[in-house]
Amino acid sequence: MNIHEYQAKQVFAKYDIPVPKGIMVESVKDAVIAAEELGGPVWVVKAQIHAGGRGLGGGVKLAKSLDEVEALANEILGMTLVTHQTGPEGKLVQKLYIEDGADIKDELYLSVVLDRKLEMPLIMASTEGGMNIEDVAENTPEKIVTIPVDPAIGFQGFHGRQLAFGLNITDKNEQKKIISFAQKLFKLYMELDAEMIEINPLVRTGAGDFIALDGKMGFDNSALGRQPEIAAMRDLTEEDPDEVEAAKYGLSYVALDGEIGCMVNGAGLAMGTMDTINHMGGTPANFLDVGGSANAETVAKGFEIILKNPKVKAIFVNIFGGIVRCDRIANGIIEATKITDVNVPVIVRLDGTNAPEAAVILKNANIANLIVGDDLGDGAAKAVKAAAEFKGK
Amino acid sequence: MSILVNKDSKVIVQGFTGKEGSFHAEQCMAYGTKIVGGVTPNKGGQIHLGKPVFNTVAEAVNLTGATVSMIFVPPAFVGDAVMEAAEAGIELAVIITEGAPVKDMQAAKAHATKHGMMTIGPNCPGVITADECKIGIMPGMIFKKGNVGLISKSGTLTYEGANQVCNEGFGITTAVGIGGDPIIGLSYNQILPMFEADPDTECIVMIGEIGGDLEIQAAKLIKEQITKPVVAFIAGQTAPKGKTMGHAGAIVSGSAGTAKEKMEALEAAGVKVVVSPAEIGKAVKEILSK
Repeated sequence: MNIHEYQAKQVFAKYDIPVPKGIMVESVKDAVIAAEELGGPVWVVKAQIHAGGRGLGGGVKLAKSLDEVEALANEILGMTLVTHQTGPEGKLVQKLYIEDGADIKDELYLSVVLDRKLEMPLIMASTEGGMNIEDVAENTPEKIVTIPVDPAIGFQGFHGRQLAFGLNITDKNEQKKIISFAQKLFKLYMELDAEMIEINPLVRTGAGDFIALDGKMGFDNSALGRQPEIAAMRDLTEEDPDEVEAAKYGLSYVALDGEIGCMVNGAGLAMGTMDTINHMGGTPANFLDVGGSANAETVAKGFEIILKNPKVKAIFVNIFGGIVRCDRIANGIIEATKITDVNVPVIVRLDGTNAPEAAVILKNANIANLIVGDDLGDGAAKAVKAAAEFKGK
Repeated sequence: MSILVNKDSKVIVQGFTGKEGSFHAEQCMAYGTKIVGGVTPNKGGQIHLGKPVFNTVAEAVNLTGATVSMIFVPPAFVGDAVMEAAEAGIELAVIITEGAPVKDMQAAKAHATKHGMMTIGPNCPGVITADECKIGIMPGMIFKKGNVGLISKSGTLTYEGANQVCNEGFGITTAVGIGGDPIIGLSYNQILPMFEADPDTECIVMIGEIGGDLEIQAAKLIKEQITKPVVAFIAGQTAPKGKTMGHAGAIVSGSAGTAKEKMEALEAAGVKVVVSPAEIGKAVKEILSK
C-alpha cells in the first residue's frame, strides 16, 4: 500500500526526521488560507497523487505571492497529471500540499528498500538527488552507494560512516546530522513494516541541515493488520475502482487492454493463461485470480467485473482445481449466467478435483454460448477463435 | 529415490487443530504421509485425528522424533512458528500459510539458517514425493510416480505442469512449490542440485515468474552444474510493468526481473524454454522419448 507525500511527511515528523512545514488542502480557497498560515515568502504547490515524476509533469510549482498560490492551485487542482509512472491516462489531482519553500544548497537521494537477494533492508544513497534514480543507476552507477543493514544487528556506526563518506560529506557536524537522519529512517522502516521509502530530493540547506523535501512510502500489505495508523492512510480514490471492488470478494483483478476476459485460479496460472492467449494471437482483457476459496458468489462477481469492460469479446475460465473444487466452479458459472447477462461466448476448462462431476453439471445446464475446452491449450485456442469471430452483443 | 521427503519422513503439523491444519493434515495422512503429531499451544495432551497434540515443537520433536514440520498457523504467527521449529531441531519446515509479513519472514529465515533448518515457502502448495509423502495442499491424485522433478513458484502451475507430464505417460519424482513471496526458503539453486543428485530424476521442469532474479541465478547454476535436461516456463510475459499480479514477488520494476530477460538467460544456459505452460508436457515428452 502506498501513501501520499503529505502523509509520508507526517510519518517522518513523528520520527523526528526534518521536513518543511506544509498543509494538505482540497480546494483553491483552502490553499490560499494554508499559504497565509505558513507565512511565506515562498511556497511550493504540490499535486498529491501516488506516482513519481510529478515535477516534470507540471504538478509541482513554486509561488512567490499569495496570488501566485491561488493561480497555481487553480491550475493544478483538478488537472490530469501524466508522469512516467502514471501511464498515458494520467491521474486526476484531488489534493494539494502547500509547503514552505526551502533554502536548497544541494540535492541528495536516500532510500530504504528490501534487497531480495541479500534478504535484508538496503539503504541506497546518492549525491545525484532530484533526478530519476533509475537513470543515475544506468549512467553513473558509481554515484550510488548501497549499504545493506542486517536487522539482527540494526543500524550501526559503520553503516552511518559508509553513508556519510559515500555522500562526500566532510563536515563533522553535517556527518552527525545525516547519520542521525538515516538512523531514524531505518527505525521507521523496520517499525512500520515499510516496503520502500524514498526521499528524492533530500536537501542540504545553506545552514547545513538535512531536510526531506519529498517522501514516497510503500508498506507491506501483509503487515497492515498490525499497523492500524498506516492502514488508515489508505486513499481508495488513488486505486482502480474495479480492483478495489474485486478485492472485497477475495478476487485479485488487474485490467489490461485486450479482448479476452480471463478467470483463473492462482496467480501463476492466471499469468500463464494470459501468456498462452497472447502466444496464440489473442489479447487478454484482464488478470483475474479467483483465489483458493472460490464459490458461486465470487465466480458470479468475477463475471460481472469482467463484463463491465466493453472491449471483452469472450471469457476464458481456466481452473485447475486443487483445493478449489471444479463442481463448485461449474455451479458458480451457472449461477452467474442467471444473475448477469453473459452476452459473450464463455470457454470453460475445468481440470483437477471433481472435474468429471463439473463436466456433467455444465452439460446438463445447457447454457448457450458455453464452449468446453479440453485442456489449457485447447481452451485458449477456442477463446482466441471465439473472440475473433464475435459479431457483437 | 526422491528429494527432501519420502515415505519414512516423520512429520508434525504446527497449527494442527485449526480448520485448515486439520483438513489438510487429514488429506496428507490419507495420501500416506507419516504424520506423527501436531502442535497447538494449550491443547497439549489431546488426541487429534488419532495423533498426539503437543504444546511446543520441542516437546513434539523429543517424543515423536519428527524431522519435518508443516506450518498452517495464521499469518501473524508464522515467523514465531518457524523460529520455534528451528530451535527445536526440525530439519525442514514447509510453510503453507499465505500473507506472512515480509519482516517476520526475513528474521525467521535468518534464524532458520543459523540453526541449519531448511524452509520451503511461505505461501506455497508444499512438497510432494509421488506415492510416498505429501506435505502441503496439492491435489495428490495428479502426481503419478515417475522420473521428472518439478520446481515452481506458482501453486496451480505446479498442478498444471505435473498433470501434463503425467498425461504424456510420464510421472513425477518430487514436486516442490517454493512460493512467490519476496523472501522464500529453498529456491531453484538449492533444489536443482538435489534433482541432479537424485538417480531417479531424469528431467527437471522449472516454472518461474516475473520479478526478482532467482531464475537468472538458476540459469547460471544450470550452465555450470546441471547435466540433466531442464524444461522451463516463465509466467508473466504479458504482465504490465509495476503491477502486482497476486504474488507479492511478481513486481516488475525497471528492466530487472522481466520474463524476457529470464527466458533468454535460461535459453542461453541450454534450457528448453516454452512460451506457454500448455507446452510443458510436450517438451518433456520430446526430451524423454529421445
